[in-house]
This record gives sequence, structure tokens and C-alpha cells, in this order.
Amino acid sequence: MTESTPSAGSDDLFEYLLRLGDDRLVLGHRLSEWCGHGPILEEDIALANIALDLIGQATIYLGLAGEVEGKGRNADALAYFREGVEFRNLQVVELPRGDFAFTIARQFFFDAFSFHQMEGLQKSANKELAGIASKGYKEVRYHLRHSSEWLQRLGDGTEESHNRTQGALDELWRFTGEMFAADDVDKRLADAGVTPDLGTIQTKWRAMISDVIQRATLAIPSDTFMLAGGRSGRHTEYLGHMLSEMQIVARSHPGAEW
Amino acid sequence: MTVTTGKAAATRDALLELLSSIKDPELPVVDIVELGIVRDISVEGDSVQVDVTPTYSGCPAMQVIEQDIVQALEADGFRKVKVRYVFSPPWTSDWLTERTKMKLREFGIAPPTAVEDLGAEQLVALRRSRTTIECPYCGSSNTDEKSEFGSTACKAIHYCNSCQQPFDYFKSF
Repeated sequence: MTESTPSAGSDDLFEYLLRLGDDRLVLGHRLSEWCGHGPILEEDIALANIALDLIGQATIYLGLAGEVEGKGRNADALAYFREGVEFRNLQVVELPRGDFAFTIARQFFFDAFSFHQMEGLQKSANKELAGIASKGYKEVRYHLRHSSEWLQRLGDGTEESHNRTQGALDELWRFTGEMFAADDVDKRLADAGVTPDLGTIQTKWRAMISDVIQRATLAIPSDTFMLAGGRSGRHTEYLGHMLSEMQIVARSHPGAEW
Repeated sequence: MTVTTGKAAATRDALLELLSSIKDPELPVVDIVELGIVRDISVEGDSVQVDVTPTYSGCPAMQVIEQDIVQALEADGFRKVKVRYVFSPPWTSDWLTERTKMKLREFGIAPPTAVEDLGAEQLVALRRSRTTIECPYCGSSNTDEKSEFGSTACKAIHYCNSCQQPFDYFKSF
């Protein structure tokens, strides 16, 4: 891990790997809550499959974060033994799963972001990050296909599905600005060629989601005040509740194996 | 690359042969070498490192496979066995040989077609053209995709309209 980041230090890389890992861990957990509750069996299986991919990706990023940090923490230690304020995920991924329309709308916004993020990271000056992204890129492609197809079916479906999906887009919109709010960590890493520029990703994201939302006969929400804070550990009330459930087994039985 | 344990046959090829005895726990007709997830083996004294690449990031079979690799090589006399995960180049179903695809078909799983690289625009379009998948039971092309997601990350659920059987399709990925 020494080859790549001349100006951006390993602290920045650690921070960024937590962001990548926590987005996927928290969203994967939220998605896994659908297991056994999907609207149809095939969809139940689909959501569980995607959740598994996201948690698998999180394991890779958090494992690497632990190596970069060099304090002996592995992926499990980072996932199960950090407090809410230490999590670096976007607030949008921690919101309760809502109804199926809300879940699909959230997946779609995140998938479109992750797709362009992974596309850019494949060219990272950090070879390890680039290699992992080449794998993630292949997976996010079919995640995006899944969520964008559903968004179009729901939007262009019944009056009920249309209204619920429009409601979900409107509700989620104020959480989307955080994806592109670059802080010093992002700027240093982008300058060093380690990560793609968030402004460029935002432009591509906006074009992609506008296209799909229009095909879905839905309206792009009007711009509003954007919430932020997840990247620096300020979260909604929902993360703590989710973590208490996600972490309880590991914390009740530390070191347990099966 | 001398092996101190008396297992003089521990050349790379012989070790690959040894690892070929390990089956994918979720696809018991296919071994881990022909699946393409064993990427490299390096031996130094009584230590060995095996580079593996996961098929999918969240594949739950990887842990079992890792344990199987460690067990097989320790049983072969190695004192230190390290399994290292590599992610680049990413695994692709194109690495499956024709022989492996045949084995899948005989097992009742339709083998993957060649990977197509869809552009971003086709990716988000609702009606995309789908490659016809042949039924592994009767060979009919009159089949439908029921779900792109199946019992494992690597499989999709299809249905044959000719013999009226649901079947697994090993996804092109």
C-alpha cells in the first residue's frame, strides 16, 4: 500500500475506505431487512442477492481500511465495534427501508452514484483500489439495471405505484447532495489521482438519473436544501437503532466463531 | 523452490492438480481450478501462497473454499498456507472452458454465454435484448428468464416452455 499516494496520506486513504465500506455495509444491512418480506419471491431473492454483494464489497473495503490503519483492526472489528459517530456512510443509506418504492428509489440513486464512482476508481493511481473497483464495477452494473428497470415499471405502472415512487424520489432528494459534497479528504485524494473528481461524477449522475426518471414518467424533484454530515459522523437518528441490531451478536459474544 | 517436506512433487502443476480435487461447495460438479478462481500458486520451502479471486464479492462459498485449500495443502505437508485474495483482473465467466460448460449442462445448469459489454445507456433501458438460453434438459431455445437472481449470486432462474421445467442458468458475468 505504499506505491500510490504521495501527497494524500494514509489517514486520508483510511478515511476514504471507511466511506466506501460503510456506505455498502449500511445499505446492505438495510436491504437485507427485506429478506422474507419481498413483494414476490423472485424479488425477495434479488434483494437478498444484492444485499450480499454490498456486504461482500464492504468486507473488502473495511478489510483494506484495517490494513491501511495498521492497528490490527479487521473488517469485523470495524463493522461491529465502532460507534455511530465513527461511521462514515452517507445519511441516505441509513434511512429506514420504507416501502418497496422507497427501497427501489434509494437503490437507484445510490447505484447510479456507485456506478460512476466505480468507473472512475478503476483508473485510480492506487493499484489496489483500482483492482477492487474493477470487480465492484461489474457488480454495480447489474444492481443499476435492477433498480432502474424497477423504477421504470413502478413509475409507469399504476396510479398507486406512480404516486408512491414519486413520493419516494421527493423524500430522498434532499439526501442526494451529500454524495457529491467534497471535503478536504476528497480534494486531496482527487488531486493525487487516487479518486475520481466528485463534481464530474455529479454531472454524469444527474444526466443518468434524469434520463431514467423521465422514462419512468416521473418528475425530477426540484432542488432544495441538501442535508449532509454522514461523512464526518453526523447521522440521522436511524443509524444508532440500526447499529444496535446489527452489532448486538458480535458485542454480546466477542470473538465468537462458527 | 525446493520443498523440505519430502513432497518433491510439489511443483506448481502438481499443486494445481491437488487443488482440482476441491469442488465449489455450491456447484459440486465444478472444481475451483476450472472455475478460474485459483489465479496463482507460489511455493517457498514449506510455505505456500495461493492467490484466489472471488466470483462475486459476497460469495459465501469463498470462506469454505479457503478452508478447503488450507486443509488440502496442510495435508500435503505444507506448514504455512496463505490464501491471498486478488481482485484484478476481475473474475469472468468467460474463463470457464468448454469442458466445464459441458459438465454444468450435464448437471442441469445452463452454461454461461459469452460476456457482452453493454453501454451505460442500454444498461438502464427497460427493454433490452436478451440472449437466448438453451434448456439444459431438452435443448430447446424456447425459454424465458424468470429472474436474473437465483439460488446463488452466480445463477439466474429460467423456464423452459418446451419441457416446462424451471432451470438454473450460470450467468454470463
